[in-house]
Amino acid sequence: MYDSNLVIGGKEFSSRLIVGTGKYSSNEAMKQAHEESGAQMVTVAIRRVSLPGSGESILDHIDTSRYTLLPNTAGCYTADEAIRTAYLAREAGLGDLVKLEVIGDSRTLFPDVQGLLEATKTLAKDGFVVMPYTNDDPVMAKRLEEAGAAVVMPLGAPIGSGLGIRNPYNIKIILETVSIPVIVDAGVGTASDAAIAMELGCDGVLMNTAIAAARDPAAMARAMKLAVEAGRLAFKAGRMPKKLYATASSPLEGVPDWTS
Amino acid sequence: MNVTVNGKPMELEPGTTVEGLLVLLGVPRQYTAVAVNRDITPKSQYAALKLGEGDRVEIVRPMGGGS
Repeated sequence: MYDSNLVIGGKEFSSRLIVGTGKYSSNEAMKQAHEESGAQMVTVAIRRVSLPGSGESILDHIDTSRYTLLPNTAGCYTADEAIRTAYLAREAGLGDLVKLEVIGDSRTLFPDVQGLLEATKTLAKDGFVVMPYTNDDPVMAKRLEEAGAAVVMPLGAPIGSGLGIRNPYNIKIILETVSIPVIVDAGVGTASDAAIAMELGCDGVLMNTAIAAARDPAAMARAMKLAVEAGRLAFKAGRMPKKLYATASSPLEGVPDWTS
Repeated sequence: MNVTVNGKPMELEPGTTVEGLLVLLGVPRQYTAVAVNRDITPKSQYAALKLGEGDRVEIVRPMGGGS
């Protein structure tokens, strides 16, 4: 069945699942999970090299001819930190894509929306393809679009919480509010969460912990691939309406008379 | 001269360039970025930029991470 590709920053992706590279028990586990997920884009963090260098790098285990690397600004609590990190990532040769995170609180890892907006404006103006991790507030999503974000990425639930899509109604409103792609980022715990996001009409789902922390990451990665595809298909198929009362699926006439 | 590299003190020969530091530490150029005193050093400047006393250098690369 034909579906258009997900287009971000001029690049086309047939997979609507983006995965991470963190928390895996081993590089081998990560590679297998990536393979099973069918993802074409994987997120990476920008961190100090352990010195002296020439140690093993995560990049030794990612085929960069197959996967687009998406640098994030994880760990940044101010716009300034996030902006500098984005510039570092670009200078490192990771291109113009940036998964922008400006964190407001270390326990919930909810975004600092003021800092996020500021960083989005600055980076978008300088040619970055900004993909901001944000909350599920449609007003905020609109502001980010106006600030030049290429996509908007509302959280389903706190990063790493696995609580699923906590406010599907807000996500639905965001979909009606912005015209840029909407990708749920954070909080997905299992396959049905990803399917729900796609059934709402989201353009993609980004997850890390849901796969990396599963008992069998490769199997969960495959489940997520199928869930994203199933949810997308269901959305495009146009679901039946919900009703309060029953409507029989079999005809009411022609029922045999068994009274004596 | 004394500099700080990735948060740790280091002693370098005066006149060491960013390029020289990377070679000394065995850090590959590809997918690497460097900032000196919070300013990003363009790759084209690695061989030209000489480090000075008290400079704070950050050498970063992509690492595993989700959010």
